[in-house]
Amino acid sequence: MSKMHVKMTVNGKEVEGLAEPRTLLIHFLRENLNITGPHIGCETSHCGACTVDLDGKSVKSCTVFVAQAQGKELTTVEGLVNEDGSLGVLQEMFREHHGLQCGFCTPGMITRAHRLLQENPNPTEEEIRFGMAGNICRCTGYQNIVKSIAAAADTLNAQKEAAE
Amino acid sequence: MIPAGFEYYRPSDITSAVSILQEHGDEARVIAGGHSLIPMMKLRMADMGHLIDLQDIDALKGIEIGSDAVTIGAMVTQHELITHEGLSNAVPLIKEAALLIADPQVRYMGTVGGNVANGDPGNDMPGLMQCLNARFELSGPDGVREVAAREFYEAAYFTAREDEEILTRITIPVPAGGTGYAYEKQKRKIGDYATAAAAVMIGGGTASVAMTNLADTPIWSDAAGAALAAGDVDGCVSAMMGAIDPVADNRGPIEFKKHVAAVILRRAIARAQSRAS
Ligand SMILES: Cc1cc2nc3c(=O)[nH]c(=O)nc-3n(C[C@H](O)[C@H](O)[C@H](O)COP(=O)(O)OP(=O)(O)OC[C@H]3O[C@@H](n4cnc5c(N)ncnc54)[C@H](O)[C@@H]3O)c2cc1C
Ligand code: FES
Ligand code: FES
Repeated sequence: MSKMHVKMTVNGKEVEGLAEPRTLLIHFLRENLNITGPHIGCETSHCGACTVDLDGKSVKSCTVFVAQAQGKELTTVEGLVNEDGSLGVLQEMFREHHGLQCGFCTPGMITRAHRLLQENPNPTEEEIRFGMAGNICRCTGYQNIVKSIAAAADTLNAQKEAAE
Repeated sequence: MIPAGFEYYRPSDITSAVSILQEHGDEARVIAGGHSLIPMMKLRMADMGHLIDLQDIDALKGIEIGSDAVTIGAMVTQHELITHEGLSNAVPLIKEAALLIADPQVRYMGTVGGNVANGDPGNDMPGLMQCLNARFELSGPDGVREVAAREFYEAAYFTAREDEEILTRITIPVPAGGTGYAYEKQKRKIGDYATAAAAVMIGGGTASVAMTNLADTPIWSDAAGAALAAGDVDGCVSAMMGAIDPVADNRGPIEFKKHVAAVILRRAIARAQSRAS
């Protein structure tokens, strides 16, 4: 099969590369673009470690062909840092509240939580758990992940209020 | 987990998509959200030379709320079904069912058209659409036709849709005001298909009952609905238990599935009754 000329915007930068249409988006990101934040946990659409933000949707990049993502805007965990390169609020809160142990699930968790807070800036604990149900963690028992996201919501809301 | 290679197409109208299907016959398939198809392709259980992506076809998008019926484009995602306020008001049963499908990431990608066209007995939308008495619009080389959801499913992965047809829109009659409804699903974990699921509507002297993943097609039972409409819950459950035909698999043996089916159906009926007015 011939390769296609793939173009997309990743973390605000236009990128391109050659890939067969059947290439999974996660492989294109990791191998062609060297963007290794999104991880491959299961490769079978179950664990959420590969979650990226694709045109404003949280998606499992192991279950998207690169051809489907042609021309789209992507954000990965690398794109969620502050402008000066320091940790973004969600990342900082995961650090502060021990929202990770081994860290394998964390890029997917943070990228998913980012979209969740965009859609629901004041989630209840139950809404956080429901909204994060597509991401599996084998270490933390989830308690501190939920805490980290709740703390990030509070911080982001306080920042927004201060700016107004 | 790399699928076999394919030629990729992204047409922007239905006619072009149909003509690619026509040109390549069973070598070609459409892809909607890809969240049933891509896993099958990765396992090499599905393999096609030509893949037609429907994402750029505007005629397959959007939700229209009329006074008698709602119309949903095939490419509307489960996430959109959940977040569309007009739809939740008109036919709240759809949101209740969609929230029980898969997980958030899958619901951003998975479409209603893909879910009903797929033909997998595990999918939740086919039974839901039978309960709601939906009609599916199909576009093919010979034009447009409509098939009732209750006539659409023939066997696992076999439906009334011809290979060269695309499912374009779904039309659902708006239930009368005061209709009670419930979607109840037993699953082993988040993101799992149903061990048993039931869709129930009761109101205006009628009732409709359908169940999922208890046979090689969804099961809508006329007799079960008639019994429930007459207030005979036991008669409804026994008619439904006579209509289902579960097989043993990793969700359990047949006796267990029948037991779970009856429990789930009774729960759905009780909730639908409590909501009817
Ligand atoms: C982890 C996981 C858990 C899931 N859990 C559930 C669950 O609990 N319940 C449930 O119902 N589903 C579940 N699903 C399936 C999910 O909802 C799918 O997205 C859905 O079944 C198919 O929709 P799609 O848009 O992804 O279709 P695709 O995968 O793109 O297509 C599915 C099939 O339908 C055909 N098709 C698609 N659109 C059309 C059209 N417009 N016209 C004609 N043919 C068409 C395709 O050719 C293909 O054969 C799960 C999926 C995953 C990955
Ligand atoms: S690697 Fe994609 S869901 Fe697990
Ligand atoms: S921190 Fe190890 S898997 Fe989540």
